[in-house]
Order: sequence, then C-alpha cells, then structure tokens
Amino acid sequence: MFISKRLAVSAVAMLLLGACTTQSTLQQSSVPGPALGRVASADEVKAWSISIPPSGVGLPAGSGSVQQGLAVYTAKCVACHGEKGAGKPADAIAGGKGTLASADAVRTVGSYWPYATTLFDYVRRSMPVNAPMSLSNDEVYAVTAYMLNINAIVPAEAVMNAQTLPQVAMPNRAGFVDYSRK
Amino acid sequence: MKKSSVSVRTDLRTDDVVVGVVEATRERRQFLKRSLGAAGAVAAVAAAPVRAADPIGKDFPGWSTTPGTPMRSYGQPSKFEEKVLRTVTPSYGPISPGTGTSRTPLQTLNGTITPNGLHFERHHNGVPEIDPAQHKLLIHGMVKKPLVFTVANLLRYPMVSRTCFVECAGNSSANTLPKPAQANCAAIHGLLSGSEWTGVSLSLLLDEAGVEPGAKWFLAEGADSAAMSRSVLLEKAYDDAIIALYQNGERIRPEQGYPLRLLVPGYQGNMNVKWLRRLELAAAPMHTKDETSKYSLLLRDGTARQFDFQLGVKSLITQPSGTLNVPGKGLHEISGLAWSGAGRIVKVEVSSDGGANWREAVLQGPVLSKALTRFRLPWEWSGAPAMLQSRATDEKGHVQPTRAAWSAIYSLANRYHNNMIQTWAVAADGSVSNVYL
Repeated sequence: MFISKRLAVSAVAMLLLGACTTQSTLQQSSVPGPALGRVASADEVKAWSISIPPSGVGLPAGSGSVQQGLAVYTAKCVACHGEKGAGKPADAIAGGKGTLASADAVRTVGSYWPYATTLFDYVRRSMPVNAPMSLSNDEVYAVTAYMLNINAIVPAEAVMNAQTLPQVAMPNRAGFVDYSRK
Repeated sequence: MKKSSVSVRTDLRTDDVVVGVVEATRERRQFLKRSLGAAGAVAAVAAAPVRAADPIGKDFPGWSTTPGTPMRSYGQPSKFEEKVLRTVTPSYGPISPGTGTSRTPLQTLNGTITPNGLHFERHHNGVPEIDPAQHKLLIHGMVKKPLVFTVANLLRYPMVSRTCFVECAGNSSANTLPKPAQANCAAIHGLLSGSEWTGVSLSLLLDEAGVEPGAKWFLAEGADSAAMSRSVLLEKAYDDAIIALYQNGERIRPEQGYPLRLLVPGYQGNMNVKWLRRLELAAAPMHTKDETSKYSLLLRDGTARQFDFQLGVKSLITQPSGTLNVPGKGLHEISGLAWSGAGRIVKVEVSSDGGANWREAVLQGPVLSKALTRFRLPWEWSGAPAMLQSRATDEKGHVQPTRAAWSAIYSLANRYHNNMIQTWAVAADGSVSNVYL
C-alpha cells in the first residue's frame, strides 16, 4: 500500500516535469550564454569613444595654439607639473633628452613619448587631476601644443587640431620596439 | 597559590607523557626481544594520567571561563593582529591623495591567497564609488553589433574561476635603486597578491557581439576618474581572460574594481583594468599613456620594449626577510612565494650562501598556472652570517635571473618587470637586511 502510494506520487511528479520541459532543460556546457547584451545606440557609442590612436581617427573638431596653451597650463597644470614642465610634485613633462641610455634616464613627453596623439588622449580623459574631463577640446589642443613647444617639438606659432596633431613627429618614436608578437 | 598549583600539575603531566613514551619504547624493545608478554600491560597501568582537581576553572584563562562575544554579520581579524596592514605609499602627496599604492604585508602572511582587505592597491586617481545599478560595460569597435551589459545581466552569465597572482609591473622596483632599500617585504615586493577570481569568460561576451575579421586588439578602459586604459591582444580574450565579478568568493571590493574588472592572468597588473566600463576592438593598439610613457621596458641601450605583457618567473623568501629578525640559532623554516606569468612553477631552489650552493625547496600543492606557489625548506641556522636567496624555474624553462643577468638587459632606470633574485643578508645577531649581490 505504502509503496504504491509513493509510485503514484512519482508518476504525478513525472507528468508535471514532462509538462515543464519546454521551459526548463539542462543544456550542454558549450551553450554560449544567455545573450543579455543590449545593442548600443550610435549616440551611446559615440559619446564613450574617447580613445585616440596615432592615426588621429576620432580627434574632435577644434584647435588650440601654443600661446593659448600657456594660459591653460598656467591656470590648471603648473601647480603640479612645474614651470615649463620641469616636474614636481607630479611627473616632468619636458627635459631628459639624450638620457635614455643612461642609468639616470628621465622619461618625459619630449625624451620618451612615441606619439603626440597620446598626449591629447590622456589630458582629455584624466587631467587636470582634480577635475578630469573638464577641459574643452580647444583647451586640450592648446595645452597639447604648449607641451610640445616646451619640448622644442613644435614652434611657438604652432596650432594643434585634428589634422596637425597626428603629423607631429615625436623624437623618440623609433625608440620603441613592439614586443607583442615575440 | 594558583600559579604554583598549575606549575605542579603541568610538571606532573609532562613527566607523565615522558614516562608514557619511555614505557612505550621499553615495550617495543621487549616485543622485539621476545614475544608480546605481560610487561607492556603493567607499564600502561603505571602511566595512568593524573586528573585535574575540581573546580577546574581556576586553571584556565578568562576566555575559557566567560561567554564569548555574539555572532556578527561581517568578520574581522583578531585585535591582536591589528598591526598586519598594507603599507600605504602615496605617489604625489596632497595634490592627488588617491594616486599611489598600498602594499601587501607578505612578511606576515602565509599560504598563497591574500585576504581581500590586504590585496595590494594601485590607483591613478583614487577609488571611485560606483553604483552597480548604474554601471554599464560597453563592447564596441570591430564587432558586428555593439553591446551594453549591465552588472545584473553579467551576474546571470555562466561563470569560471581563475586562481592567479596579480603583480604590479612596477613591483620590486626599489631594488633597481643604486643602494638597497632597508625595508620590509611589503615595501619592496608588496605589489603582489594572490586570489581566486570568478566571473564571465571574456570570449563569451565577445562572441555575443561578434568579432569582425581583422580585429587583433581590444582596448580596456576603467570608469575611474583616471579612465585608465590599456590595449590587449585579442588572443588573450580567447585564452583565459575574464570579466571578474568576485574575489575570493565575495564581490570585488571597490579598491579592486567594483563592480567588475578585467582579469588577464600572468600579465602586468596594470592591464587588469579595474572598474571596467568599455572594451573597444581594433586592428591595432591605441598607444595609451599607460602603454607608452609607462609600463614600457627601458633597456640598457635606451630603446624600450612596448607591449611586453607577460610577467617573468620570480620568487621571494618572505620568512625571514627584510627587518624580520631571525630569533635565534636552531631550526627555522625558510618560506616564500614563487610565480610566473608563463605558467606553473616547477622548481624553487634556496641558497644560504649567496648562490654558491643550492637546495631544492618543497613546493606546496596544488601548484597552479600563473598562481602564487608557496615553497618551504627547513634551515638549521648555526648563527653564522648567511646570504639567503631563492631561484624559481617555470614549466617553460625560464629561470629567475640574478641581478647581474637582469641588469645586462634592462636599464637600471627601468622600473618594471624586476624579477631579479632577492638576497637577504642574515647577520650574526639575527638581523636581516636587503643586499645586492
């Protein structure tokens, strides 16, 4: 009697399970996930696409001169990076040329950085340290021009924009060896 | 009165144990001499223990005779361990208090897993307080459809775990300075921690977005106010990279990237981008500030290796180590950590004479790929000055370099990938100092 009752309960459970199989099944472990990603809108992607590669693709409209850059630098950068990028308390921006092969190598924008686009990218996303992403594109172009000028990479009358910045030839460009495939 | 009674009883107990051992030894001898006789049984009766006098409480410390504190919803270390802390080292002082490091106290820990509250930190502009309900991860660039994932959605994905080390590429850079820093393990080598990270395979999310032919890299970008970003070879996503959501079982802490971080086992710590908000697939690397001006490796000839991601084979004696004195002659355990970005550790050798002679240490299992491996070796210290070193070998045959071998390749101004052999000098008085050999 007891056994047959339990069998009856099992049969009901099996029927219920059978009725549910379309909603709940265990899968092979190779199933590629629940696919919950939402397709991003074009505006959403554009707003967050802030990275600038050496080609300059993605550089915004706007421009800035060395002289305008000096004003930005004096107002927002000099307290940490020193007069003419001499450094202290934060990293030096200028100087160090010819030191890389010595034990006292000084790596600055002028002595070390391989691409000028990196300067724009970094300043726009991270600087000034107390108010990142607060500078206008014109201000970023301008202060980039200034930092290149104090390293004697561009002349005092230089203007940086989406066309001129990727063309700046950095002195240590050939000093980098791509190790990603080694 | 109380003290003397404890003393007497302890003596009795000790004698009792000793007697028991003596009798047992005699019993074995007798057993060997002839066959099992009655003598052993007689000895056992003679060794019957002396029992405690009642009431017994007077002979126990207060914590055994009074009720303890109640349960609590989140545990904390013992107050007697309150000095086991990270060493906090700001880079620039008050102008940016959130930029710098805090270092794991390797010299006071054991095993291979770092407690979450002691995992090292490296921030480039502080720890953001991110609301997981508002955070999103964007995957775009060279994909068929750009996708946005919420944290709640990611938590529904199948998960995997990776037990691995995370080491800042700038760890141990103090040992590139002209004079050896007299500091502890934390200060010199503490940008190193080990955890079990759990999350979603990056390949799963990339496959959902559909990788375009020609994509070879992805840029990973954080949502902190430094927006730290790094380019990673796409093949790492199809090897072992994950979007980590948990660390040692609990959700990742804010200073480790809450609510999610990229985890690329064996690569420069900096590439495990915290507070991850964006992955952009591309044909070429982006050349960000942290993969050009920083985290590139300056060589002796003044050129620099860029995109050298994998951290080299390395080991370190953590006990004894800088400022931890050897308390006296006699037997000690030399213990330390070994790891390699290339895979498993297969051998750690220890020298007590500055590298002239080596003895293989015992590796504590399980030995996992790209994970911290604990090694141990007994050491009978005579009291004579010693030079302790460890040297690790990984499964790819890489051997940890000497200081001279490392310096033959890298500039001493290079602050990254320092995996040279560490030497701890033990003086006759037991004091331990950092020396260069």
